[in-house]
Order: sequence, then structure tokens, then C-alpha cells
Amino acid sequence: MKKQDPRFKIAHREALIGVALAVVHFIWWFGFAYGLGSRPVEEYTYIFGLPDWFFYSCVVGFILICITVILLAKFVLKDVSFEEEDMK
Amino acid sequence: MNMAVVLPMIIFLLIIFFIGYYASKKISSSNSFLQEYFLGGRELGGFVLAMTMVATYGSASSFLGGPGTAYTMGFGWILLAMTQVVTGYFVLLILGKKFAILARRYNAVTLIDFLKMRYKSPIVVLLSAASMIIFLFSSMTAQWVGGGRLIESLTGLNYHTALFIFAISVLVYVTIGGFRAVALTDAVQGGVMVIGTLVLLIGVIIAGGGIDNIVQDLVNENPRLVSPYGFDGNLSMAYVSSFWILVGVGVVGLPQMAVRAMSYKNSRSMHRALVIGTIVTGFIMLNMHLIGVFARPVLPGIEIGDKVIPLIALEVLPAWLAGIVLAAPMAAIMSTVDSLLLLVSSSIVKDVYINYIKPDASEKTIKRMSFGITAILGVIVFLLALNPPDLLIFLNLFAFGGLEAAFIWPVVLGLYWSYGNKYGAIASMVTGIATYVAIHFYNQSNGNLFGVHTVTLPIVLSLVSFVLFSLLIKREQYDFEK
Repeated sequence: MKKQDPRFKIAHREALIGVALAVVHFIWWFGFAYGLGSRPVEEYTYIFGLPDWFFYSCVVGFILICITVILLAKFVLKDVSFEEEDMK
Repeated sequence: MNMAVVLPMIIFLLIIFFIGYYASKKISSSNSFLQEYFLGGRELGGFVLAMTMVATYGSASSFLGGPGTAYTMGFGWILLAMTQVVTGYFVLLILGKKFAILARRYNAVTLIDFLKMRYKSPIVVLLSAASMIIFLFSSMTAQWVGGGRLIESLTGLNYHTALFIFAISVLVYVTIGGFRAVALTDAVQGGVMVIGTLVLLIGVIIAGGGIDNIVQDLVNENPRLVSPYGFDGNLSMAYVSSFWILVGVGVVGLPQMAVRAMSYKNSRSMHRALVIGTIVTGFIMLNMHLIGVFARPVLPGIEIGDKVIPLIALEVLPAWLAGIVLAAPMAAIMSTVDSLLLLVSSSIVKDVYINYIKPDASEKTIKRMSFGITAILGVIVFLLALNPPDLLIFLNLFAFGGLEAAFIWPVVLGLYWSYGNKYGAIASMVTGIATYVAIHFYNQSNGNLFGVHTVTLPIVLSLVSFVLFSLLIKREQYDFEK
């Protein structure tokens, strides 16, 4: 077997980042939604008018994901060429 | 007919036509017709790529059905809808670079081209072409019915006329402009969706007297509306979480998403699309479903879910602005339909005709075939949508989850697991579709198995059978460098 294309190593690493991000995202989403949301409704507090569990899980969670993907795209993901070497 | 509502829609349609015409100019100047027509010459930049992914994915259900359900269920349904944010980054990070590199190496134009090169099996090709054509065809027809109904309810035209207008609009630009027209119009349609949802959300909040007021009204009506468990407390943790598979990570398996992962120009456009796609998906989903929930105290007593958005727009906005906002669901439907149409057409032309019937077809024949098949398919879908047969409505139930269950592992493991082989792929596709249909019927009569959405088990089972069959029959390592 020939040596592995070095671009694949980058691709594999970034796919794993995708899985890891989805797992963390899920834990955040689930934790706040059901952690805070399972209390009786009378105990909810409201942030900008929205129930607290929803605000943290869906609004803050979404904003954090946006910041994460911006940072990923800027500092972590690597530029690679998609063309075959001999065609460069 | 309310001219102030209709006029913005007409202008919107004209812009779409113009883009189709512009894209068709590009086609005649391109040297590889197939790559240009079905993939836009692999030249998509980050913004257009992100928008076409969001717009293709966001269909009638995100703009009409979803907010309609949120109206009934309350905040729990927004929680469920927000699981879709994950698609924005997940699809591109998983398929991302490896798929783009291999697709170019194999010179693949369709998802099936990729599967054909990876597994080297005619059975895999025929199975996947058949499931794609059947499932996508039925979901396309369902979307056309939605488009026709929407025009009907906005303009007061009868259903047949409305459907005809819708069909002509879509057919013209897809047929002449191909993938580039689809992607560019998707970008415009995506923009319309973003602005439309924001305007409508602000309108609803003002009409309801501020968020505090609206939420207080909801609590007074039924406190469960602001809990994550739905208005009747029946929206379970397991069920909502299983949507992470159906509309989140499972979307990797949808052919209409996978084909977009071969169309970008370079890794920089991919990175940009990742950022824009995530932000736009989340923004649209959050806004639309908040609108659905907030509409409840503002306009109580709406019985049919699909009518919530049109009615609330007409209620809280001036007519001309409502027209612009209501172009958004229209855009969502069109942008989903256009890509499905092109995908089915590419599957017939490339995967069936060129692969098996006439491998040596000339460029000119291919060109005529592509235009012809796209147009004919459109006409067939139109005729079916006039009076949708029961079988089609039935098949549409399986379209989304069934395709995911069929394709996710052959695609993902085909990329990342060198021991995956054709026996695994065939077993996985058959298992995925068969168990999906079986569990669908089980859930219909007995309630959800394990309390999760139908798609969950078939995805697990098709993974198991992919791994088992790959290892048991002719176990061999695949060399990606060949």
C-alpha cells in the first residue's frame, strides 16, 4: 500500500473535530434544557423575557456555537488543495 | 386578490428568472457540460455554498409546518427545531475535505458516482439510484403541492392555476440554468428567508406588546407552553433528543446535501460556508419557531398549523411588507424543489443512462438528454401534483428518514473506514430502508418504540449491518490512494 495522502490526515482530524463539537453541543443543549427546564414553571426566571432554560440552551448555546465555528474556521481548519498533485 | 401582497412575489419571481437566464449563459461557455450543469463547474464560493445548503435543507416544513406546530406546542418545539443548527457545521466538517478530494479524484458528478467508484458494485449503484429516484420524486411532489397551496392561499387563485404558476417558475430556471442557477437562486431565496423572518419576528413582538408580555400571556393560558415538555407535557426528553439524528447529524446521509459537498471551489469557500451556514440556519430556525409560539397570544384560535405564518404576517404587517415576508416560505419551497429536481435528473442521466445504457454518448446527446429529462420530470411532477396519488403521499413519509438510513453509512464509512466494502454497503442500505418502513408502521399503531423518532433504530441497525457484512464477507482493506 502506498503512503497515505497527507491531506487525508488533515481531513480525518477535522471530521473528528466535527464529531467532538456535535457531542459538546448536544450536552450543552440537553443539560440546560432539561436541567433547568424540569423545574416547576413557577420557579422559572426570565431573561430578556424568555424562560431561563430556553435562553441558555437555545440562545446562548447558538451564540457559543457561532463563535466556536468562527474560531475553528480562522485558526484550526487548514487550507488544502482539492486537486490532484500532478495537476497543480 | 390583494395586489399589495402579490406584487412583491411577482418581482421576486422575475429576479429568479433573470438569474436562471444568467446561469444558462455560463453553461454554453463551459467546456464540460456535465460538471457545469449538475455541479456548477465545482466553483461555488463560500456564501453561495452556505446559502444553497441552508435553502435546500429549509423546506416547507421549516417555514409553515414547523412554526405551526410551535404555535400549538410552545417553547418545547423551538428546542426541538434548534437541533438543526448542528447540520450547519456537521455536514461540512464530516464530508468536508475528504469527500471533496475523492470526488475530484474519481471525477464524480453525483453521489452515486462516488459510491460506484468506492464500492465498484452495480448493485450498489442500482439500489441507490432507485431509492434516490423513488424517494426524492415523492418528496418533490409533496413540496410542489405545498407551493401550489401557498400561492392559492395568498392570491386566491384556484389550486390548479396556482400550481401551474409555481411549476413554470421552477421549471424554467432549473432546466436552462442547471446547478449554477439553482445555487444562485438559492442564495437569493436564502437572503429573502433571513430578512423575511427577522421582519416578521419584530412585527409579532411589537403586536404582542413585547416579549415579557407575550410570555406572560402564554403562562396565563397554559404554563406548560413555556416548559420544554409541550402543551400537554407529552413531548418527552427521548423524543426531542432523537431529532438530533433526524434533522441534525443524519442529514449527512441526504444526497441533496452530499452533492453540495462536491461543488465548492476550494477549502476556503468550505470554511466560510461552514460559518455562514451555521449562523444562518440557527438564525432562521430560531426566528421562525419563535414567531410560531409568539403568534399564539397575538392571534389565538388558528386551527390549521400551515396557516399560522401566512395569517400572522397579514395580521401584524402592512400588506406590501407581508408580501415580501411571505415570499420567504415560497422561496424555501422553490429552493428545495429545484435541487431535488436537478438531483433526480442527474441520477437518471448520469447514473443510469451514461453508466448502463450509453457510456459513449456524445457531449451533444448528453446535453439534450439533460435539458430534456429535467423538463420532462418537471412536467410529470406537475401532473402528479394536480391530483397526488395516495402511493406518492405514502412514499413521501419515508423520504427524509429513509434516505438518511439508506445512505449515511455507505457515505460516511465509505470515506473513513477502509474495511467498508460493497457487501456492507448493500446490507446497510437494505437494512436501513426495510427497518425504517417496518418501524414506521410499528410506531403508527403502537406509539414510538423506546419513545424515540422512527429514524433512530434504522440508523443504528444499518450501522451494525454495514460493519458485520464488511468484516464477514471478503474482508479486505480498501486503498484510497488508487
